[in-house]
Amino acid sequence: MPFFEELLKNKSLYLMTLPGLLILLLFNYLPMAGIVIAFKDYTPLLGYFRSKWVGFKNFEFLFKTSDALIITRNTVLYNLVFITIGIVCSVGMAIILSEINGKRLAKVFQTGMLLPHFLSWVVVGYLVYAFLSTDTGILNRMLKQFYGMKAVNWYSTIKPWPFFLVFSNLWKTVGFNSIIYLAAITGINPEYYEAALLDGATKWQQIFKITIPMIQPQITILFLLAIGGIFRSDFGLFYLVPRNSGILYPVTQTIDTYVYIGLTTMGDVGMTSAAGFYQSIVGFIMVLGSNLIVRKIDREKALF
Amino acid sequence: MKNYRYRFRNQFSPVANAVLTLIAGLFAFVCVYPMLLCIGVSFTDEKSLARYGYRLIPKNFSTRAYEYVMFNSHQLLNSYIVTILITVIGTLLAISIVAMLAYPMSRPNFKYRNFYSFVVFFTMMFSGGLVPSYIINTQYYHLTNTIWAIILPACCSAFNVIILRTFFSSNVPASLIESAKIDGAGEFYAFLRIALPISGPGIATIALFLTIGYWNEWFNALLYINNNKLVPLQLLLVRIQNNLDMLQQTANIPGADKEAWIANLPSDTARMAMVLFSVGPIILAYPFFQRYFVKGMTIGAVKE
Repeated sequence: MPFFEELLKNKSLYLMTLPGLLILLLFNYLPMAGIVIAFKDYTPLLGYFRSKWVGFKNFEFLFKTSDALIITRNTVLYNLVFITIGIVCSVGMAIILSEINGKRLAKVFQTGMLLPHFLSWVVVGYLVYAFLSTDTGILNRMLKQFYGMKAVNWYSTIKPWPFFLVFSNLWKTVGFNSIIYLAAITGINPEYYEAALLDGATKWQQIFKITIPMIQPQITILFLLAIGGIFRSDFGLFYLVPRNSGILYPVTQTIDTYVYIGLTTMGDVGMTSAAGFYQSIVGFIMVLGSNLIVRKIDREKALF
Repeated sequence: MKNYRYRFRNQFSPVANAVLTLIAGLFAFVCVYPMLLCIGVSFTDEKSLARYGYRLIPKNFSTRAYEYVMFNSHQLLNSYIVTILITVIGTLLAISIVAMLAYPMSRPNFKYRNFYSFVVFFTMMFSGGLVPSYIINTQYYHLTNTIWAIILPACCSAFNVIILRTFFSSNVPASLIESAKIDGAGEFYAFLRIALPISGPGIATIALFLTIGYWNEWFNALLYINNNKLVPLQLLLVRIQNNLDMLQQTANIPGADKEAWIANLPSDTARMAMVLFSVGPIILAYPFFQRYFVKGMTIGAVKE
């Protein structure tokens, strides 16, 4: 049989892949089968195989609450904002770093901008607390000093949080992402710029007519791939930075935090597994869709 | 007559350059400032903190926070050891598994490359979600309260496999391996003695991602670790924060227990000191990251 012949011929190579395949099987593929828990009335006593099948009951329950709408809205909207503003800022910063006169200075700036990437959201949560803490936080101190305002308990005030979260995400990711665009910019053929210079183009014209169009394919692809992940959220950001303040849930609760909190504090396996299923399926369709679009644009850049 | 010398050197006008440099510098400063604040606060005494709030330069220099941490260092030391163990074992294990999976995938003579590509990529698009993973890891694999709950799920990340596979296919030409085989080397020997040594930069890149990832890992620890002896650094920080939050949310409930509890919690300054301890080693990885990753990305782009 050709299959086994091939295995025997290159047996070292196939053997090498066994550990990796095993890990993927155990921790990625087997749990996928567990997604049908969403259709069962799971109790640890009966376990996975013997729990009763209840069809769509969990989903009915989930979508009857307004929770489903809130967490979906939050997840998707935040992602859209993160993606668009993130790209604008990252590309902008990459262009700035590549074009300012002081190259040594740019290197120093880049090193500084990269720092937030190395910090975990746990640490970032602590740092945000240094700003937003009611009695000792910098924001309240500044407001008191310059505007004579009373201290505000930011962790109970809903309105500014979308801004806080967007800013935190930008703070943490722009430095790292700008490197990716910087790499693309470095790859642009310098002859374009020389030709433009001969034609009398200003720096700004060069940026908008050469740099940006040349890296546009990169931007589009990264944009589309990010859209593929629009149903997922960065758990650390949404759980640790708002310090899991219940009052803020309407603006900080995403699908991921909802599933986690439901699972660990309420032990509600039914609804949370339904939410997880919903996230995985819709997320998969998004990834598939966005990847097909990427394929149409630039075959090579697609994931598959 | 305007001085257009800068135009001929293809630079910005001095004004534009100054503004852009300022923007980049400002952002870099904002990225670094919170950590500086953290350092400053850790060297403040608690009373100053309550009176003057979080400040960059301490009103009253004090090493009390560090004394507290050292004095109560048992848990911190423990967590340090656990984190180092997880990071070292995890990184080494993951590198081996990922390399052994990625290498055959990069060989043209490997017949089932497409199958493997699909199997690996699919995990990036679809996952069972939190609930099935949690159930399977606790009920069936019995990974609760083991460091393997943290190490194993992350040791064969599709992302790393793709990076290494791409690296192997462009840096380890088939002809090289062929000539080795002619000289009598087996596939695995060729992998070990020829492919790996050439692939230093690729391995270093994913090693850096893995090290940072394992060091900052807190979510799986939060899910699966209850045993105080096995709490990694980041989880320790999360727990302290959670205790603090619980304290503030039950502020209205009187009780003698609360007093004792407060006395046992680290002060804000001590928490900042702990943050620095947890972040310290990562900062050491910093220059390596700049050297390998940033250079690698920008140089690689030029090659194309």
